[in-house]
Amino acid sequence: MGKHTVVPFGPQHPVLPEPIHLDLELDDEKVVRAIPSIGYIHRGLEKLVEKREFKEYVFIAERICGICAFGHGWGYCKSVEGLMNIEIPLRAKYLRTIWHELSRIHSHLLWLGLMADGMGFESLFMHSWRLREKVLDIFEKTTGGRVIFSACKIGGVRRDIEDSELHGIAEILRGMRDEVREITDIFFKEPTSVSRLKDVGILSKEAAVATCAVGPMVRASGIPLDYRVADTSGVYRELNFTPVTTDTCDCYGRCWVRVQEIFASLDMICQAIEKIPAGDIAVPVKGNPNGEYFARLEQPRGEAFYYVKGNNTTHLTRFRVRTPTNMNLPAMVEALKGCDYADVPMIVLTIDPCISCTER
Amino acid sequence: MSSQDLVTIKPENRPTDLLQEVENLKFQGYRFVQICCTRVPEGFELTYSFDKNYELKNLRFTLADGEGITSITSLYLPAFVCENEIHDLFGVPINHIAKGVDFGGKFFRLAEKTPWHDLPKGGAH
Repeated sequence: MGKHTVVPFGPQHPVLPEPIHLDLELDDEKVVRAIPSIGYIHRGLEKLVEKREFKEYVFIAERICGICAFGHGWGYCKSVEGLMNIEIPLRAKYLRTIWHELSRIHSHLLWLGLMADGMGFESLFMHSWRLREKVLDIFEKTTGGRVIFSACKIGGVRRDIEDSELHGIAEILRGMRDEVREITDIFFKEPTSVSRLKDVGILSKEAAVATCAVGPMVRASGIPLDYRVADTSGVYRELNFTPVTTDTCDCYGRCWVRVQEIFASLDMICQAIEKIPAGDIAVPVKGNPNGEYFARLEQPRGEAFYYVKGNNTTHLTRFRVRTPTNMNLPAMVEALKGCDYADVPMIVLTIDPCISCTER
Repeated sequence: MSSQDLVTIKPENRPTDLLQEVENLKFQGYRFVQICCTRVPEGFELTYSFDKNYELKNLRFTLADGEGITSITSLYLPAFVCENEIHDLFGVPINHIAKGVDFGGKFFRLAEKTPWHDLPKGGAH
């Protein structure tokens, strides 16, 4: 039996972009138990639904997260559209899918940079974010915004993208493939990064099921759970897509899944651009929402859950979001058990925690 | 089964029915998804969601103000995040949350205690 100590980790820590606190119970240098604690930035955004009309609230929903902003806007619109039986035009579905998959690439590249920075690999961090800029430039060109761009609205989307511009985007993305491969190859072949990731932070398949993990966290434990395969609100069923999985169950596997998902998203967007039909981008919305509706969406970090309840007025009575990080916290705690103290930052980063999302 | 399906638990059968239903779902291979609490005039409406093969199953019941409910962390440990959140924001007593993950009202650091406990006054209401 070694020396037993409790080490506080966070809420302020060099690898944490957002505040989360962990009480790490150590036996010498090994983590025996980690107790998470959040709640530093609770904003009460769900409650604001009572103060904003349901059509306006999409702007608030997007502000749940600065990375998956489009996805939260889409998730909210999807749940209200489901409640009001609104069928959006096919072109709008394609555009939503394209912007959402671009958001996934942007999120994964941002995470890749943070991961590289966390392990002290500054140049890889800068190259990851350099590539991310290309995606942000596409957002700016197509919507006018770079992070929160309010392209989604109830009934469809606010903006169309010209076909010539779409083909230009496909060209940019095809060009990005080699650049992404170049930097990610370093990530997976460079001994310094491999040694920080291989066999670190093990989350077995059984543990992933028991902790109800979602997103790349669960897919890196060999479980092909990806809501996109069941999602009919986008056009995923029209595209050639299978969930990316690996069974290494470690930090390396979680990184590998995210990187392969970048390539999968690049492919999906190019396919969508080839198939997008002409037509309207929105339908008029009449009346007020009445009743309740459950919806889900596969965000970059995993499955997000949305619930709306209306009483036939212009304001919803309840909007609820359960974000992916919310479900991945228990999995992170499990992955931390038995690891070396020095590996804690890597393991925390591989769940890609988004605390703003979680606290809403 | 539609993703919008609800199974309502009668008030006289709580909390035994809840734990029994949740245990059945776990046995059938369902994954815990979320717990949603909504303030309604009768008290607090709780909806527990579970998933299997991308289909949701929702359990629903309403608690009177001040009435508590047994935690499901003995069956699904990840529920502690939702349960602590509901306790801190709505003030619904959740009994027997698993050891080590019961934050006793300190999960969220809030300026005001149980800020979502009262029925909303403005807006839609």
